[in-house]
Amino acid sequence: MTTSPFFRQPNDMLPERAPPVAMSGIIGWLRANLFSGWLNTGLTLLALYALWLIIPGLLNWAFFDADFAGTDRFACTGTGACWAWFDQRIDQFLYGFYPDEQTWRVNLALFLILPALAPILFDKMPGAKQLRWFSLAFPFVATFLLIGGFGLEEVPTNKFGGFMLNVTVGLAGIVLSLPIGIVLALGRRSKMPIVRTLSVAFIEVFRGVPLITLLFVAAILLPIFLPSSFSLDLVVRVIVVVTAFASAYMAEVIRGGLQAIPRGQYEAAQALGLGYWRMMGLIILPQALKISIPGIVNTFIGLFKDTTLVIVIGLFDVLNIGRTMISNPDWLGLAVETQVFISLFFFVVCFSMSRYSVYLEQRLDTSKH
Amino acid sequence: MSTDQNQTAPNAQPMIDIVGLNKWFGPFHVLRDINLSVAPRERIVICGPSGSGKSTLIRCINRLEEHQQGSIVVDGTELTHDLKNIDAIRREVGMVFQQFNLFPHLSVLENCTLGPIWVRKTPKRDAEKLAMELLERVKIPEQADKYPGQLSGGQQQRVAIARSLCMQPNIMLFDEPTSALDPEMIKEVLDVMVDLAETGMTMIVVTHEMGFAAQVADRVIFMDAGQIVEQNTPDEFFNNPQSDRTKLFLSQIL
Ligand SMILES: Nc1ncnc2c1ncn2[C@@H]1O[C@H](COP(=O)(O)OP(=O)(O)OP(=O)(O)O)[C@@H](O)[C@H]1O
Ligand SMILES: [Mg+2]
Repeated sequence: MTTSPFFRQPNDMLPERAPPVAMSGIIGWLRANLFSGWLNTGLTLLALYALWLIIPGLLNWAFFDADFAGTDRFACTGTGACWAWFDQRIDQFLYGFYPDEQTWRVNLALFLILPALAPILFDKMPGAKQLRWFSLAFPFVATFLLIGGFGLEEVPTNKFGGFMLNVTVGLAGIVLSLPIGIVLALGRRSKMPIVRTLSVAFIEVFRGVPLITLLFVAAILLPIFLPSSFSLDLVVRVIVVVTAFASAYMAEVIRGGLQAIPRGQYEAAQALGLGYWRMMGLIILPQALKISIPGIVNTFIGLFKDTTLVIVIGLFDVLNIGRTMISNPDWLGLAVETQVFISLFFFVVCFSMSRYSVYLEQRLDTSKH
Repeated sequence: MSTDQNQTAPNAQPMIDIVGLNKWFGPFHVLRDINLSVAPRERIVICGPSGSGKSTLIRCINRLEEHQQGSIVVDGTELTHDLKNIDAIRREVGMVFQQFNLFPHLSVLENCTLGPIWVRKTPKRDAEKLAMELLERVKIPEQADKYPGQLSGGQQQRVAIARSLCMQPNIMLFDEPTSALDPEMIKEVLDVMVDLAETGMTMIVVTHEMGFAAQVADRVIFMDAGQIVEQNTPDEFFNNPQSDRTKLFLSQIL
């Protein structure tokens, strides 16, 4: 075969053309993704068969054969789930022993999370700058709403329970562990030996001890060691150890991110005359945190689920409320129903965090057009 | 362009004055008895084999590396452990790196305004105006809103030059600014540097682009094994090298 010589003049260069229209439509998508080849088709059919086995049974159990009304479990005569407890007990699941006439405060605090979170989650939103002040104030507003004082009826924290306790501890842990984790990560990489040693010690101690142990320490040992005049509320103590625990993990996640930043970024920042804090705050941390998003959200999710461990020190979080309810003769043995309900709650919250992190990663991706 | 228009009176204060500079990396003696005085508006090209200490030398000038002996005085300020002096010098000295080192999470414009806003405390609007002027000068104003990852290597390096210039430095250091670039892009970056040289900027350029050296340098310095082996005007340096080491080097790269 011979190749004939070839050349192009500038005036007959190929013009730009639109990209080909992708094979589109539902059929096209199905063929490309689910039925491309034997193996893929087989797997698709297998998955469909599994769904066909599971879904109808699940729906029957949860809805069609389920009972929804009644004052005790004996009202449930169907073959499906028994949701009759819902009516009576949902308040306890949500608010623990928070006084009935005060639960609006919990609701309000929960509702205010939206405007507090919005400017942080969606910082391109109009009015985000002004709302950020509210975000800063929110922890104090929420604490005031939940505990009361200053004219609002005081509610002792031993009345906290149910989801509200999980959310309170979880949210406080999340809000506190990120900044503390950042400080620890920077401390661990510091050139100052004392700062570095303290950071390493903190991280290793809290990461190396089971959370349950820490909770016991918080509940039983701390009051013994602390001077009796200095008594810290139990829920506060729990938040402190949960935060310390999560911060240690957070620090290591963020340190991983910091290590991925090339030296040239530090040097370029220094060459511009930025000092340590500005270099970290403007150049290094934004990039390191971005890389660390999956790990950070992982830690958040772990922390939130770990709030159920407070059951071991006798706090009535939602898991404990459920457990108590099903040992009540009226509702004896409804373990599956309560566990499903509680799982659903945790799943929705954790899955939302996960989806948000996917969105955030996409938005912060500056490598694409 | 003649060099004598840039000649300064011999008694004028040098822009950079390096005396008896020594530096070690652990036991390795990387810079040995370096003496170098750079006059205002002078353009110096440093060349030499890999590992000869060229980068280390210019990185000492803005304290990206710390030296152990000798003194470095930049525009009347001596580099000591005093952070104030280091900050003052870094404000005066711009640096362009081989790997560009743009900030990937910031747009081109933000890369350029960061220094002025946070270090020089320039109001944002003025900083943006200045940045656009300088992006104009490096011929990529239309890329202002893009991110570094969306630009070609040559464009990125020109942004890096604009970013340094936004700090309005008196001295610019270049560490092999074109070594990571394809031939077509090398020219666009060198053109910008030639333009910059014509504005009278004091420049120290580590490069192996001998055409550039011949065109703009007032002085060429050849380094080997951590020391200055030869320095001369480009004309003499290329046509009449004295040291055998220089001759060998030139025969290899020309
Ligand atoms: N941080 C460091 N620690 C230890 N040794 C180093 C360090 N930086 C550089 N060196 C060594 O110092 C010597 C000089 O390095 P330098 O980067 O200054 O060389 P260079 O002349 O710029 O070379 P090149 O042309 O390859 O860039 C090299 O042998 C290098 O291995
Ligand atoms: Mg080098």
